[in-house]
Amino acid sequence: MADFRTPLGRARGLGSAKHGVGHFIGQRVSAIALVVLMLWGVWAVWMLAYAYRGYEGALIWLHSPMNATLMTLLAAVAFYHMWLGMSTIVEDYIHRPATKAVLLIANTFVCFGGAALTVLCVLMVAFARVDWP
Amino acid sequence: MVEASPAARPRPLSPHLQVWRWHVTMAASILHRATGVALYGGALILAGWALTLATGPAAYGGYMGALGSIPGKIVLFGLTVSVFFHMANGVRHLFWDAGKAFEPRTADLTAWIAFAVGLVGAVAVWALPVILRGY
Repeated sequence: MADFRTPLGRARGLGSAKHGVGHFIGQRVSAIALVVLMLWGVWAVWMLAYAYRGYEGALIWLHSPMNATLMTLLAAVAFYHMWLGMSTIVEDYIHRPATKAVLLIANTFVCFGGAALTVLCVLMVAFARVDWP
Repeated sequence: MVEASPAARPRPLSPHLQVWRWHVTMAASILHRATGVALYGGALILAGWALTLATGPAAYGGYMGALGSIPGKIVLFGLTVSVFFHMANGVRHLFWDAGKAFEPRTADLTAWIAFAVGLVGAVAVWALPVILRGY
């Protein structure tokens, strides 16, 4: 089949999308933040499972400004980190353009949706007025 | 423009996965991805925790009850192993990004350390309350 495009026209649009460095740095910076946040997260689950058991315990725990802040940060950074990671996995293993696009978009919706849901629910609980017994 | 014809010269193929001898760095690399995918599910479990807590006591009680059941605890233990392994192996990656610790012996050793951190970390987190408080 005849191709009437110029050599420059054929080459344009291929190669780097110029987004690689941003992805690389974002993955690493969120990874460094998550080392601290996840160690706290394991501690947090421990506290919720033993010291702050049950619904009232969890409300009291999340009313602490420090706990609410760190839980918000943990959710935001974790969902961002896994958005980047799952994008890479899809790009590595899925080669059919339509399937790849659908999975990349689904990953974006799940990660940003999950982050919005988690952060908003944490803030709702943290800001809710509670009449302490 | 000179186009390379498809039949010009067969390009060398990399060996397929099944002809490789398993080594520890390879296992660590594969498990880094696998635990990353597992922790994707773990983040969704966290979202469910926040959602049920904001919803009310009945939803939260049901959710925590499911997580505290035997299948729930098995999932949570697997996620604890995943957290510690993925974290330790991620630190290995940060050293590689800085151009350090690429020597085969070092890479083998740190892979074993990452496995150990995953297992010991998870067992410690789950065993300590039993030891300290008698749960």
